[in-house]
Amino acid sequence: MKWDEFFVTGEPMIYAAMVSIVVVSLAIPIALTYFKKWNWLWTNWLTTVDHKKIGVMYILAALLMLFRGGVDAILMRAQTAVPDNGLLDGQHYNEIFTTHGVVMILFMAMPFIIGLMNVVIPLQIGARDVAFPRLNAVSFWLFFSGAMLFNISFVIGGSPDAGWSAYFPLASLEFSPTVGNNYYAIALQIAGIGTLLTGINFLVTILKMRAPGMTLMKMPMFTWSVLITNVIIVFAFPVLTVALALMTLDRQFGTQFFAMQSGGMDMLWANLFWVWGHPEVYIVILPAFGIYSEIISTFARKNLYGYKSMVVSMVAISLLSFVVWAHHFYTMGHGVMVNSVFSITTMAIAIPTGVKIFNWLFTLRKGKISFTTPMLYSLAFIPIFTIGGVTGVMLAMASADYQYHNTMFLVAHFHYVLIPGTVFAVIAGFHFWFPKVFGFMLNEKLGKLSFWFIAISFNVTFFPLFILGLNGMTRRMYTYSESTGYGPLNMLSMVGAVGLTIGFIILVYNIYWSVRYSPRNIKSDPWDARSLEWSTHSPVPEYNFALIPTVNRLDAHWFAKKEGKPLATGKYEPIHMPNNSGLPIIMGAAFFFWGFFMVFSWWIPAIVFGVVILGTLAYRTFEKDHGHYISVEEIERTEKALRGEQHEN
Amino acid sequence: MKQLFPAQHVMGFLFSLLLSLVALVAVLFDLSFAAGMTILVVTALVQAGLQLFLFMHVKENAESKTLYLNILYALFVGLVTIFGTLFAMRWGYMVK
Repeated sequence: MKWDEFFVTGEPMIYAAMVSIVVVSLAIPIALTYFKKWNWLWTNWLTTVDHKKIGVMYILAALLMLFRGGVDAILMRAQTAVPDNGLLDGQHYNEIFTTHGVVMILFMAMPFIIGLMNVVIPLQIGARDVAFPRLNAVSFWLFFSGAMLFNISFVIGGSPDAGWSAYFPLASLEFSPTVGNNYYAIALQIAGIGTLLTGINFLVTILKMRAPGMTLMKMPMFTWSVLITNVIIVFAFPVLTVALALMTLDRQFGTQFFAMQSGGMDMLWANLFWVWGHPEVYIVILPAFGIYSEIISTFARKNLYGYKSMVVSMVAISLLSFVVWAHHFYTMGHGVMVNSVFSITTMAIAIPTGVKIFNWLFTLRKGKISFTTPMLYSLAFIPIFTIGGVTGVMLAMASADYQYHNTMFLVAHFHYVLIPGTVFAVIAGFHFWFPKVFGFMLNEKLGKLSFWFIAISFNVTFFPLFILGLNGMTRRMYTYSESTGYGPLNMLSMVGAVGLTIGFIILVYNIYWSVRYSPRNIKSDPWDARSLEWSTHSPVPEYNFALIPTVNRLDAHWFAKKEGKPLATGKYEPIHMPNNSGLPIIMGAAFFFWGFFMVFSWWIPAIVFGVVILGTLAYRTFEKDHGHYISVEEIERTEKALRGEQHEN
Repeated sequence: MKQLFPAQHVMGFLFSLLLSLVALVAVLFDLSFAAGMTILVVTALVQAGLQLFLFMHVKENAESKTLYLNILYALFVGLVTIFGTLFAMRWGYMVK
């Protein structure tokens, strides 16, 4: 391989990206050295096993990836804004829509959700950490190295260009000979293992570590949604692992599972991909439903309507999510029987989802609604998501789908479910739980301003795509002639995309503004909320709860406030906490380099780093680490400081 | 002494060895495909049950209900994936 094949060349935008990557990767260590922050960064963040800090790192990485995926999106909209545009060539456009999809789903939506999960779940169930804190750090670093590996592809070796679903035969070595799709297979594999570990970790945490008295049916709705999500993760991700391994074998080791020669079956990839892929969309939507449930009942000042039916419908969705996957490829040669079966199962999902929508509406009914930023996102979610759901039922009809398949109508549909569903939810959850983690609130005025920009621009961006799709514009086409008449609506969509960008810039500015000027010394429960996380201090101390609360009903914190009774009584006892460890980040780095050399089929260094990975596992096996205790005096000191009292000594 | 001797487990172990030997029949003798598969599937199911209940102590766990539910869910997902794939990609595929 020559150097000009190793680095991506010939594109001014890529050169600019290279320069900025070099500048940033020089600036960060220089700044850290100048401000003497290396030690702080290493001990407080990089080696942490604290679920709150891991959650914050997940969300930071997700915001970074939101920027990356957002730039891809803007470039796509700019390219298609006018007919016969020459901003991007076809190859570049292919790479951009591929990375946009992968980054937004796997490296933005997933980590954002998992980040909120990390921050909130142990607090919401009254636990002091997750079940396996070290494993939690490993999950994060595997995700992070997967994400970084995927992201360097656009300057080194070239990005994957076969779509985020990477269908064969296009993704085979024969039709995609660059290393792009190797990046896809290896990076997703690494990040996917991290996600699988998270799934196991949170499943155990929720099943085993709930506060005394919190039975399953007394758990907050977000905890329920995360429990079900993790069940889906544990059962769906192994399919992706296997499919990606087969893809790697096909592309780099000469097997013929999906390739067309020697009896391979190209459609089997699409099949396996969606066996994982459809549950995956519920993995990103169910926690969102949980977040909305929390926010809506908090700001309607009412308990959640239909708690049991909420749980039952989520269980139903989790089962149905495994029996609908073939609706992603109705048009690819199935018989009538197959299409009918998958049509019916797909439409059936509308029933439990509809139940949930009505439950939220009934929770709002006669509530004393306060229109805070998180609540605005939740209220906007209901009607916009319903449009996404209804168009989903339209797409579910197999015979009608022959009309919609792979048109912009489909693109509009899944953005209409994913953005008001997942993105609005994680932003709402971000605003909602921000004070819990940092001890100050995000500015409400700026929050509302960004909400209006995002909510309105979202519709301006994506509603025209429904019409474009019905007019026959297919997805993934990089340009079109003026005579098609697609120009004006695409231009309108571009205007919306600019609005969305402004909205997200205000969101980021809000974080900056609040860090600098937002008043500190807020109460531990600034929203007057209902679940256990609000019963401890803001910001949360390392050990979460000085005394573990006892729960006797749903919304125990709310009723404890009303009745003026504390949730926990007793004397402080020394608290057992896990030790920090540098092993997870070393393991993540080893996975990154292993992945990088695998991508380029440089076997010797790949084997070396494979051995390093095994070495970290072996080290952990023989490591004796019993954690540490926080003494009663230290707990008393921390509690007093957090209550704002003076130190006694 | 009698109480200390794990008779149940020894019997179970011998039985699982026997099941493996029976499964070997499918290879050693010249059986039809259907007969061989039947023997394999039956012995595999009995073997899995034996391992699960006798050696992995599913019953003795305090939360056996959760475990059963988990096994059921896994079976559901596994069977749906396998037979669903066969259904979509083989039996119900138009292009043969």
